[in-house]
Amino acid sequence: MYETTYHRAGSAAEAADLLAKADDGKILGGGQTLLPTMKQRLAAPSDLVDVTQIAEMKGICADGEGVAIGAATTHAEVASNHLVKSKLPGLASLAGGIGDPAVRHMGTIGGSIANNDPAADYPSALVALGATVVTNKRELSSEDFFTGMFETALEEDEVVQSVKFPGAQKSAYAKYPNPASRYAMAGVFVAQGSDGAVKVAVTGAGQDGVFRMNDMEAALGSNWSADAVSGIAPNADDLLSDLHGSAAYRANLVTVMAKRAVAAAG
Amino acid sequence: MTKVSMVLNGKSVSADVEDRTLLVGLIRDVRGLTGTHVGCDTSQCGACVVHVNGKAVKSCTMLAAQADGSEVVTLEGVGSANNLHPVQAAFREHHGLQCGFCTPGMIMSAIDMINRHGAGNLDEKTIRHELEGNICRCTGYQNIVKAIKSASDQMAGMAQAAE
Repeated sequence: MYETTYHRAGSAAEAADLLAKADDGKILGGGQTLLPTMKQRLAAPSDLVDVTQIAEMKGICADGEGVAIGAATTHAEVASNHLVKSKLPGLASLAGGIGDPAVRHMGTIGGSIANNDPAADYPSALVALGATVVTNKRELSSEDFFTGMFETALEEDEVVQSVKFPGAQKSAYAKYPNPASRYAMAGVFVAQGSDGAVKVAVTGAGQDGVFRMNDMEAALGSNWSADAVSGIAPNADDLLSDLHGSAAYRANLVTVMAKRAVAAAG
Repeated sequence: MTKVSMVLNGKSVSADVEDRTLLVGLIRDVRGLTGTHVGCDTSQCGACVVHVNGKAVKSCTMLAAQADGSEVVTLEGVGSANNLHPVQAAFREHHGLQCGFCTPGMIMSAIDMINRHGAGNLDEKTIRHELEGNICRCTGYQNIVKAIKSASDQMAGMAQAAE
C-alpha cells in the first residue's frame, strides 16, 4: 500500500470538508473493498476520511412506511435489524448474504453503493425498492445515482449520508454467488411496492451494472408467481462474459434467480 | 505517522505507526503477537481474524488507525496453554486442524459465531455457512465443524451449570 493520510471525521460536515481539502481523497467506510484495492496498489488516495464514527451517519430508523439507513451502517447491522427484517425482509436477507461474517461486521451500505461494483448486491435492492440516496448536497433517486460500472452520480466532494427505502408489500433477493469469490454472478431483487407496483432489478450480470427487467415487471404485475418469469431472460448481448460464465449462461441465471426470488417473496 | 491507542487483550497499549499500517501489522510486528496469521493478504482466507469491540474482523483489511480507541482481542487473549478456551480445547479434542495455519482465524471466527447465535444453537449447516470467510486447505473442514459444534454445545452446558 502506498502512503496515505488517515483522518477520522467527527461529523458529516467535517467529512465533506476534509474530502474537499484533500489532494486526492477518498471516503473510508468499512474499507472492505477500498483497502484490498489499495494493498494491490490499484488505488492510492492521498487521504482517507473515515466516516464510520459519525453518529449521524449510523443506524437505522423508521421512515414513513419504510426505513432510513445511515451510510456508515454495517451489513451485519442491516441484516439483524428488526425494523428491516419486518418491513423489508428481502433487504435484510441480502445484507446477510454479502461476503462473509467478518466482512459484514465492517462493510457499510454507503461504501458499497458509492463503489457500485457491478457484482455488488445492494444496488439491486436500491433500484427495485425505489430507494433515495441522501448526500450532503442533494437527494437522488437510485436509478439516477447508479450511472454505470463503478460509476455513480457522486461529485468529487459529495458524501453519501443515508439511504431511504420506502415500504414494500413484498421483497426478496436471490443470487448465484461465484463459487470462489462469492460475488454475485447474477442477483435478482424483486419488490412489490406499497402502491402495488412491481420492480425487478438485476446485479452481477450487466455490463453497465444494475439494470431493471421491464418484461418481468409487467409479467409479475398481472401474475405474481415464479411461473410468470420462467420464460423471460435479458438480452445476452448486454451481459458480462468472462472466465466465470458466458453472457448466455448469465442470462439464464437471471431467469432462475428471478424465479427463486419471487418464490421466496411468497 | 499516527498515534494509535487501544486495549489489546485487556492491556492498554499505544504505538506510533504509519497511517497505512494494517491492524495485523500492529499486532504482529509492533506488539509481537504472532498468533494472528496472514494467509492470503487479500481479505479472503480469514487466518487474520481478530475481535474488534467484540466482533470478528479481518485484521489484514483494517487499518490500525481505524481501531484507535477500540478493544481488540487476538488468539493470545482468549486462552493460554494451561487454560484453553473451550473452543481451543474442542479443536484439540476433535483434531480440528492439520498444519494449523488457519487455526487462529478459525478459533476467533468460531467464538464470534457462538457469541452471535448463542451457545448450543449451532447446527452443522449454520457452522459451514458461517465459515464462508475462513479457508482451510488441509482438513476438508470436517473436524473443524465437529469441534465448533462440540464447543458450542459444551459452552451451553457450562452456562446452564452456572445458573
